[in-house]
Amino acid sequence: MPTHFDVLIVGAGHGGAQAAVALRQAKFAGTIGLVGEEPEIPYERPPLSKDYLAREKTFERILIRPASFWAQRDITLLTGTRVAQVDPDALQVVTALGDEINYGQLIWAAGGHARRLSCAGQDLIGIHSVRNRADVDRMMAELPTTDRVVVIGGGYIGLEAAAVLSKLGKSVTVLEAQDRVLARVAGEPLSRFYEAEHRAHGVDIRLNAFVECIEEQNGLACGVRLAGGEILSCEMVIVGIGIVPEVGPLIQAGAEGNNGVKVDAFGRTSLPKIYAIGDCALHENAFADDRQIRLESVQNANDMASTVAKAIVGDAQPYHAVPWFWSNQYDLRLQTVGLSTGYDQTVLRGDPASRAFSVIYLKEGRVIALDCVNATKDYVQGRQLVVNGVVATAEILASAQNLKEIAALFAA
Amino acid sequence: MPQIFVTDRDGGDHTLDATSGISVMENIRDAGIDELLALCGGSCSCATCHVYVDESFQATVGAPNEDESELLDSSDHRRPNSRLSCQIVFEDALDGLRVTIAPEG
Repeated sequence: MPTHFDVLIVGAGHGGAQAAVALRQAKFAGTIGLVGEEPEIPYERPPLSKDYLAREKTFERILIRPASFWAQRDITLLTGTRVAQVDPDALQVVTALGDEINYGQLIWAAGGHARRLSCAGQDLIGIHSVRNRADVDRMMAELPTTDRVVVIGGGYIGLEAAAVLSKLGKSVTVLEAQDRVLARVAGEPLSRFYEAEHRAHGVDIRLNAFVECIEEQNGLACGVRLAGGEILSCEMVIVGIGIVPEVGPLIQAGAEGNNGVKVDAFGRTSLPKIYAIGDCALHENAFADDRQIRLESVQNANDMASTVAKAIVGDAQPYHAVPWFWSNQYDLRLQTVGLSTGYDQTVLRGDPASRAFSVIYLKEGRVIALDCVNATKDYVQGRQLVVNGVVATAEILASAQNLKEIAALFAA
Repeated sequence: MPQIFVTDRDGGDHTLDATSGISVMENIRDAGIDELLALCGGSCSCATCHVYVDESFQATVGAPNEDESELLDSSDHRRPNSRLSCQIVFEDALDGLRVTIAPEG
């Protein structure tokens, strides 16, 4: 194994893979090493809770690039390798096995690990996360002997998994600690719509539900005990309660940050020659009023990767990319543009009963985000409203024939 | 084996041995042509796999559906023969298909 790379990328998810691709596209001629903790070559994570879990796509079909691509681009893949330490003075990382790898510049794209339960029984067999291929393969292997599934966490991952599993005929219960699903990421109209849809598909959605512990039988998870004592018997527990950013080695090396590692507009951490991108990068985001945030999305991983690649080849341009996101559940295609965090008003456009509508988020009268369900036109046209921070009344936003007219008015 | 002819953004021509039953996007991606981002993995949720279909194949390939058409509207480079390549399932009848990768944005 080579022990020096001009650019070493730690993390082989969307961000790390795209950083390598973007460097080569920008004619970077130095050596590139791409280190990944998992045994697989770079693959897409979003299908793990959707088409891959549903067995609608094989693993080969969710590879970010075919296996032969990486060698063709002279990108060295170091799979099954975890970086345990970073020494910014020696320009060196040390792997969990003690191997030393030197770098000219380091791109930290290590993402995060699925957050685990902290209650009794959290490590029993039958409890699953949905973060990597191995998680989902284990889950799929247990499905033939599973009738009842309890999903802990009513966020996108949990709801997507619930949709797939209920379609596969499983009896699914979703437990959400807050008083609505998607509480962290969306407004109430969207939450209530998805709760109703899941219930209509036979999923038992429990709100304000607190998990006391996981019940055990012969070493296997056999149920979830709720605060109050009720036990939901099941053969499988899926935990979708977010991620913990993987930044330990950087923080120990002295990088600024805590919930993620702090980066500037060019993706630079506080340590020399070390960049960070993707889920673990704490950055000021123009679409969040310049607040420091982490953003867990393919869009963010990809666009930050491009930002850092440009900085490395001497064409530095600050990160400024409109956030977008998608979630597929049943026949519902949700597309999001902007960030709704901090909204003070929602406007409903269209009728949720028609299963095609949008929720527009305003802050101090300005459009900051849209959640569009089976409403691609609003998603596409609403983007300009977000980019320009258009000020419009709820009446106009709800009733305009199309959002392009409003964007045009504002541009005029 | 059926073939797809792809012209990249620099005008370079590529001939691919195509696999039927998967999308044109997957065929292009699997051939190692890295210009096609296909960020959403083919779920018709972005517009980063935009191509122009050669006019001789437009009738066979067909027109975009409504959602795809809306997404294509987000491009500054839409043309009458624009398609999202993730929404074209390659089949033997498309042998010899010619597409050009559209500019970004």
